[in-house]
Amino acid sequence: MFLGLYNYWIVVVLMMIGFYIVIAHGNLVKKIIGLNIFQTSVFIFYISVSNIDGGTAPILVEGISRYSNPLPHVLILTAIVVGIATTALGLAIAMRIKEAYGNIEEEEIQQRDNREC
Amino acid sequence: MLAHLPVLQVIVPLLAAPSCIILRRPGWVWLFALLVSGSAFLISIALLQQVADAGVVVYELGGWEAPWGIEYRIDILNAFLALIITGISTIVLLAAHTSIQEEIPEDRHTLFYVLYLLSLAGMLGIVTTGDAFNVFVFLEISSLSAYSLIALGRDRRALWASYQYLIMGSIGATFILIGIGLMYQMTGTLNMEDLSRRLPEVAQTRTVFTAFAFLIVGICLKLALFPLHLWLPNAYAYAPSIVTTFLAATATKVALYMLIRFTYSVFGGSFSFTTLPLQTLFVVLGLLGVLIASITAIYQKNIKHLFAYSSVAQIGYMIVGYSISTTAGLMATLLHMFNHALMKGALFLALGAVMYRVGSVQLRDFHGLGRQMPFTMAAIVAGSLSLIGVPLTVGFVSKWYLVLAAIENGWWPVAVLILLGSLLAIVYTWRIVEAAYFKVPQAGNEQVREAPLAYLIPVWMLVSANIYFGIDTRLSLQVATSAAQSLFGVGP
Amino acid sequence: MKDLFAVVMLSGIYGLLSASFFVTLDAVDVAFTEASVGAGIATLLMLVTVTMTGRYEHSAHNKPIWALAVVLVTGGLLLYGTLDMPYFGSADAPGHLHVAPRYINDSMQEIGVPNIVTSVLASYRGYDTLGEVVVIFTAGVGVLALLSVAPRPEESAEIDVVNVSMHKKHLILRIVTKMLIPFILIFALYVQFHGDYGPGGGFQAGVIFAAAIILYSMLFGMSMARRVINQPLVQLLSAIGVLIYGSVGLVSMLNGGNFLDYNLLSDDPVAGQHLGILIVELGIGCTVTSVMVIIFFNFADRTEDHMRNGIRGR
Repeated sequence: MFLGLYNYWIVVVLMMIGFYIVIAHGNLVKKIIGLNIFQTSVFIFYISVSNIDGGTAPILVEGISRYSNPLPHVLILTAIVVGIATTALGLAIAMRIKEAYGNIEEEEIQQRDNREC
Repeated sequence: MLAHLPVLQVIVPLLAAPSCIILRRPGWVWLFALLVSGSAFLISIALLQQVADAGVVVYELGGWEAPWGIEYRIDILNAFLALIITGISTIVLLAAHTSIQEEIPEDRHTLFYVLYLLSLAGMLGIVTTGDAFNVFVFLEISSLSAYSLIALGRDRRALWASYQYLIMGSIGATFILIGIGLMYQMTGTLNMEDLSRRLPEVAQTRTVFTAFAFLIVGICLKLALFPLHLWLPNAYAYAPSIVTTFLAATATKVALYMLIRFTYSVFGGSFSFTTLPLQTLFVVLGLLGVLIASITAIYQKNIKHLFAYSSVAQIGYMIVGYSISTTAGLMATLLHMFNHALMKGALFLALGAVMYRVGSVQLRDFHGLGRQMPFTMAAIVAGSLSLIGVPLTVGFVSKWYLVLAAIENGWWPVAVLILLGSLLAIVYTWRIVEAAYFKVPQAGNEQVREAPLAYLIPVWMLVSANIYFGIDTRLSLQVATSAAQSLFGVGP
Repeated sequence: MKDLFAVVMLSGIYGLLSASFFVTLDAVDVAFTEASVGAGIATLLMLVTVTMTGRYEHSAHNKPIWALAVVLVTGGLLLYGTLDMPYFGSADAPGHLHVAPRYINDSMQEIGVPNIVTSVLASYRGYDTLGEVVVIFTAGVGVLALLSVAPRPEESAEIDVVNVSMHKKHLILRIVTKMLIPFILIFALYVQFHGDYGPGGGFQAGVIFAAAIILYSMLFGMSMARRVINQPLVQLLSAIGVLIYGSVGLVSMLNGGNFLDYNLLSDDPVAGQHLGILIVELGIGCTVTSVMVIIFFNFADRTEDHMRNGIRGR
């Protein structure tokens, strides 16, 4: 069972590393990097699901009958694009925050806001 | 044409958005957006009529039948939500042109409308589709445009609020993606109808349980269910007024729709409520949300913040109704979705008028506003009465059915707590009324005039709707009831 | 790790490693996209951001206990969920038995395109892809709304000075780049149109095309790049890409079918499919290129602006 599932377990560990970076770190850019790692690991998970032993890439070629499942590939292509869109937007907001607050550490931003209120 | 209504509902705003870039002047773009939103509203009415007459409407995109292609599956619930979203969107757009003059820099106006239409299209895409992954894609369209819209706010705290929303929202979306992936792995399909047929055989596996858990948590992040609501107050408070109004009246309802759709139509009512102790969990979280958010609202000095916390409380009410998981409870929730859209739409739009004239929405700037902006304040009072649940308003109808459903189920303590929530609402709305009518204007605010017609007309349209649907409840009641019944009939 | 530059580089390497991992898992299209987008564009944008926001992270005083607890619970739940999963690579997992076989077996007759991923992406699930293009468009508009700076009138003298000094400093790079860029552009066109037969398609092509433009602007300076690439035109192009995609769907509707039904684009359904896929991929390439260029230019402009004005504390 271990042999059959170890792939998924490794992916879960990767996911959690990314997730941890997002929620535990205060630097805004680092959070986005963590989000990226989290999402990329989810992609690896999906692609592992689609893999078939002894299959090849899902491009029809003479003589080959076993192909990997193309549907998760399509979903992940879309998800990668969505991921970069989110990253770009997040980084843009981080840049604006830097301009407005002078730094991008979560704690210091919240302290400034609290002082203002 | 009629056969294509389901897809037109989404395509019209979706393709209109990039077209705005081609028309350059903001004045033209506003009229164009208004036209598009209005057409979407008319389409949703026609769609509701179609579904009411003919039952579920199915539309295959690309001509490929499900589950190999993506299909749109419109039943009463979808049509109802589309109606709410497009209706609010159109009414809010009426005031948009005036509102953003003060709140958003001139060179961003065209982009504002593009993002607005994208947000509208995204939400409509979520409520019309019958494919799980399609939901994810359109969820991201509506989320990304929402993040950008919020970040357009004047105050620099809008940027921080938008960033927080982005992080929490993306985590939620990724969780939803994980859930969809796990479901696919165990059933081999993405189509919701197909999933509902295939899930029962694998329902007892741990994988499906995990899929369900991730989906629910992901949706609850978007829903702002207590304690995952942390992004909402700041996002609503600092975004431009039009954005707040639009999002407050629609975004969380779409998330609630997703919750209902996935738990009832995909996983099935019996599975959803027996695997995880969802009923208890949601009723507790819902009530906590109502009470804690209402109490927090009492202490707010920024009125937009106050009503944002009030929204968290209202979401709590909707979750309580949902957790009762009987037709009556679900009906109360759906009714409240409609009514809350009207209530908060009116309130936030009126606040937008205040922001326009006064330049801020701090409580101290409300002093004397009752005399300076009589119509606007009257609208706020009317909206607040609705929030509390005074008879003759739409808020009363929802609370009534909610309490009724709770009592029917034997949950007396819940009914009492719901009423307690109303009392708390009286406290926080009274502060505004007191400031507006019983205090003297602050120095510097003496010259405030009444809001322009561009604001007053849509605000009073919403207020009148509040009162009209509070008295003549036939339409909303009928639709909500048949939607609730259809959900219970569908799930295994 | 406090040096954000290093963190960004490492995340870029992670992206490349995932891409190679995807290749070994037979997901070639995905690998291509991940390599260009995840490892390429993402790293680039992060670097530009870090240039502006500061290279080093300040030490945090937060107590990560809560975060650790949440992560452990989530991870534990996921691991729990894997226990009932079909084994990695098994051919009879439910995921492979239901919807996928038709794509593999019938797509050649129904659509006639060897790359199954392209046929699913552009035809069977074409509507999702429309949504995806709109997501990219939304990000572009969002970045524009957040970051665009008013164009300043350029002094041609200023540009010449920059040109000459850079010429001396980066002679080799500039000459090699000048030779490479046309090849990169041709490769992008190849990927765009060959997507039916091999890995590739609109997204990958769009990113490579944009990469060529970005390479040019990095080495020759933003002022030159702004002269070469007309900003309003690029914005218009991004909108047009989405509209091209949508129009294909509308034409299908006008011809009597459902939205995005390519069978009705021509008398022969398979030819119609080919035509439909070709045009929508073109629309995708159009929008992706323009949006990537828009995002990069806005990031770079804003950073330049910030550097020029010094840090304004408000």
